Amino acid sequence: MDLTTTYLGLNLKSPLVPSAAAPLSDDLDNLRHLEDAGAAAIVLHSLFEEQLVREKFELHHHLEYGTESFAESLTYFPEPDTFHTGPELYLEHIREAKAALSIPIIASLNGFSPGGWTEYAKLMEEAGADAIELNLYFVPTDPDVSGAAIETMFIETLRDVKYSVEIPVAVKLSPYFSNLANMAKRLDKAGADGLVLFNRFMQPDINPEELEVEAVANLSGGGDLRLPLRWIAILHDRVGADLAATGGIQHGRDVIKAVMAGAKVAQVCSALLRHGFPYLTKLEDEIRHWMEEYEYESIAQMHGSMSQANSPDASAFERAQYVRAIESFYVPDAALRVLH
Amino acid sequence: MSHLRFGANPIRSTYLIDQANFIACHQWNFLEKLDVLARAKRGSTFLVNSPFDADNPAETWAQLPIEIQETIVRRELKVYAINAYKVARENGMGGRINTVMQTCFFALANVLPADQAIAEIKHAIEKSYGKKGAEIVAMNIKAVDATLENLYEVPIGSPDGAVRRQPGMPNHAPDFIRNVEGAMLVGQGDALPVSALPCDGTYPTGSAKWEKRNVAQFIPVWDEDVCIQCGKCVAVCPHATIRGKVYEPSELETAPATFKSTDSRDKKAFSGLKFTIQVAPEDCTGCGICVDVCPAKNKSQPSLKAINMQPQTPLREPEAENWEYFLKLPNPDRRTLDGTHIRTQQMQQPLFEFSGACAGCGETPYVKLLSQLFGDRAAIANATGCSSIYGGNLPTTPWSKDAEGRGPTWSNSLFEDNAEFGLGFRVSIDKQAMFAAELVQALREPIGADLADAILANAVQRDESDIYDQRQRVAQLKPMLETIDDPRAKQLATLADYLVKKSVWIVGGDGWAYDIGFGGLDHVIASGRNVNILVMDTEVYSNTGGQASKATPRGAVAKFAAGGKPSAKKDLGAIAMTYGNVYVASVSMGAKDEHTLKAFIEAEAYDGPSLIIAYSHCIAHGINMTTAMSHQKALVESGRWLLYRYNPDLIAQGENPLSLDSRAPKQGVKDSMYMENRFKMLTKTKPSDARKLLAEAQADVDARWKRYQAMVNLHQPETLPE
Ligand SMILES: Cc1cc2nc3c(=O)[nH]c(=O)nc-3n(C[C@H](O)[C@H](O)[C@H](O)COP(=O)(O)O)c2cc1C
Ligand code: SF4
Ligand code: SF4
Ligand code: SF4
Repeated sequence: MDLTTTYLGLNLKSPLVPSAAAPLSDDLDNLRHLEDAGAAAIVLHSLFEEQLVREKFELHHHLEYGTESFAESLTYFPEPDTFHTGPELYLEHIREAKAALSIPIIASLNGFSPGGWTEYAKLMEEAGADAIELNLYFVPTDPDVSGAAIETMFIETLRDVKYSVEIPVAVKLSPYFSNLANMAKRLDKAGADGLVLFNRFMQPDINPEELEVEAVANLSGGGDLRLPLRWIAILHDRVGADLAATGGIQHGRDVIKAVMAGAKVAQVCSALLRHGFPYLTKLEDEIRHWMEEYEYESIAQMHGSMSQANSPDASAFERAQYVRAIESFYVPDAALRVLH
Repeated sequence: MSHLRFGANPIRSTYLIDQANFIACHQWNFLEKLDVLARAKRGSTFLVNSPFDADNPAETWAQLPIEIQETIVRRELKVYAINAYKVARENGMGGRINTVMQTCFFALANVLPADQAIAEIKHAIEKSYGKKGAEIVAMNIKAVDATLENLYEVPIGSPDGAVRRQPGMPNHAPDFIRNVEGAMLVGQGDALPVSALPCDGTYPTGSAKWEKRNVAQFIPVWDEDVCIQCGKCVAVCPHATIRGKVYEPSELETAPATFKSTDSRDKKAFSGLKFTIQVAPEDCTGCGICVDVCPAKNKSQPSLKAINMQPQTPLREPEAENWEYFLKLPNPDRRTLDGTHIRTQQMQQPLFEFSGACAGCGETPYVKLLSQLFGDRAAIANATGCSSIYGGNLPTTPWSKDAEGRGPTWSNSLFEDNAEFGLGFRVSIDKQAMFAAELVQALREPIGADLADAILANAVQRDESDIYDQRQRVAQLKPMLETIDDPRAKQLATLADYLVKKSVWIVGGDGWAYDIGFGGLDHVIASGRNVNILVMDTEVYSNTGGQASKATPRGAVAKFAAGGKPSAKKDLGAIAMTYGNVYVASVSMGAKDEHTLKAFIEAEAYDGPSLIIAYSHCIAHGINMTTAMSHQKALVESGRWLLYRYNPDLIAQGENPLSLDSRAPKQGVKDSMYMENRFKMLTKTKPSDARKLLAEAQADVDARWKRYQAMVNLHQPETLPE
């Protein structure tokens, strides 16, 4: 049985890739565990440009705060000779990961506007990253900024990154575009080697008793896969970039679905955070059993088989399907009139 | 004040300058207090940090005190000004004006050609900040350029300003405070004759309240409709500048127009009374701690609370009047006030107020609590450290007295002997009380059997009522003694006050208790005598600039532990508990104020040595001082700080003496640790060491929690087998 796939020009032993999340990847031992559990490649957690700058200012503020106010205590901290306030730690992590692991390491860069920080991509490449995942995470709230302007900014950001590196670059994007297919096509043309669908925004919750906004990193559930599944199926035949599914991969069968829709890899995060690293082995076992039962020989064989173009019912992915779905939804009136 | 001399040749002798070529005043409000230009040479240059911008230079002139204007005109000074706080703020430097003022100095003082000097400053910025990142260098360089753009010459007008220099202390302050301490406050201490100073070194208390430092840019403003009257803001205020009171509605008849008031929500204890939270606008430091801990939010606009920070300047006058009025409202009777709950306890008058501790200091709320609970009968031995500096640094002291003139007796002693110093208080007080009792017994007849017996029968004095009654008896006794023709009556007259119970407190920081004074502390708790020891644990030598102590936790960066402290924090409480007869409590006001209150009351009530170890945040932690109190919650939740009380009295009652009052550590220590720069900075300087120390610090916390749980179980009363 052949589980191999290719993604961003990398040969992978299976479509199982742990996705970007610090709890999965910020520790070298965890990376080793993931490799042992069967990860075909690993996307490291993201390097956030704003975070680096913010930390620099915080450090400076705290080292200076209250100093030179009292003769007996002109300062409160020893003055270190060196600081690692730039991306050095992240780069060191790439280097260590590359030295310790034999699977490909994909570095993740998080930002949304072009600028000097795209240089970090170059440093990641030099540190040994096999590819870069560019996460265009942006929540626009200014009503005076048009969607077109933001799309242009994204394209330019990708161009900057592509310009500075030779290794492949995948773009992780959100589903919130007026015309996602158009955006995907433009990114494809601007040189994206892969599209990772989708970025999941952490939606804050409201605590009505404490009158507080709670920022909670909630884990995904089974239904969450439908959104990436649909768009991968639609985009499979429309863009040249490799597609990766992220969001809601819980079981081996979900991986099969993603591949059938057209994904080269299925990225897993919540399931691993919930069940631990060995769960990756279980996912692989489930894939094997399923393939055995339904007599598939290889992952390649099913790749894109259920994409919009190849599937027996192309309209199912479009508007018509919506009309059909609501028409077929039947609940007896009587059931609605009682309180359960 | 610093004096700086330059010359072509190295300067080796040290002396102060009499005729300065250049004088800079970095704080505008000094002009109103000090004779800033006393040493200005004719024709010299004067630079001032002004609240007025370059586009209005005449305003700077107009607002200079007339005495300063006169000197400028008379000595033909050149005057330059800059709104340094504004320049600093607009260039991301917060309230730090050093770079700005230094740039002005080099631009004006001619010690180097200005261009060369500015180039050197920029070079120095690159050298000292380069390692912190290009953004930090850029920020400072931008500030230098902005400084040069905003520095302006002040046109010399006629000396007819409306502002006058104020005396060091207000005219209505007591004589000694006005004449002697006031002179010291404005830097004229050297001119005082020796005869002006108290011959035994005893200084009056209650003097910090005359200083009126006016340092806050923003102060809290109370919203009486939102307030739930919990008293938390009052408890946490490090400077005792926000207070609550209940009073009769009739008191409001003469209240100032803007004085705020509402019905007391406590319909049982304070039925029919009015309630007010009042801020002292000229003493508040603007630290914002009270607003951060206030639990009451405005339901329609939750970003607002029951107190909110607003600019001080427009509030200064009306609120100062309200504050004066508030102080005159009678304090509730201590005998009827429930001192066991923060909500009501916080209406006890603080006898420690307006200290010069850092804005937002984590130590002073404990000191203040002690003063509220026991201040009217406390004798305090204070180890050297921050608490001795903010507690009794000349010219003023925050220790004060109540309307009857009662307040703590306070003295400072060395690091190495403070516990013994306090024990001496106890021994001496006990001896004098014993002798006084003997004299009462001996003079039973002339005093009258009823009064004498009542005095002697009430030696214990368990609560506020007992103490009140005993004071009444002593007050009755004193005039009587004058009429008794017996030398022993004269003797008793000098000792009678000792018949009322005193509370001995030995106070200091961790540098004293864990390190340098530990031998003495151990000696004193082993003595079994009734003393109360309060250790304000900032986990570092704060006053001398952040040196590691044995209380410093593993992984924290401090001086002498630049690579992160490699060993665990010493467990002082566990050591003290091994004696078995020492009351020990570990508290954190920000995590659980009611627990802190309980521990203070139990410690004082325990007839033997008591040790309270109180977590005290400090600017040496590199934290946001405004949220420092609520940060203590995260600290306790992570298990880095335990809350517990060990009360030996419970053993006799067959109960478990140790009560572990915080919950099992949730999450790891990482999140709360890395909110403090003392831990976080190691990840930026020695990342791999930081990772190792973090893992070890977690292991310390886990092991300690297990150990304490085992100790609780050890003391569990045995269940008998069937
Ligand atoms: C705790 C946590 C941290 C994450 N950090 C990142 C990150 O640094 N960069 C990123 O691109 N995505 C990040 N993600 C998103 C995941 O990579 C993933 O796309 C998302 O959780 C959906 O996949 P799932 O359903 O398998 O969890 C994070 C998700 C979680 C739950
Ligand atoms: S801002 Fe700080 S000093 Fe002022 S009242 Fe509040 S806690 Fe006290
Ligand atoms: S903390 Fe807030 S709610 Fe509580 S007394 Fe103070 S102002 Fe009122
Ligand atoms: S250095 Fe720390 S303990 Fe000392 S006064 Fe300042 S905040 Fe308080």
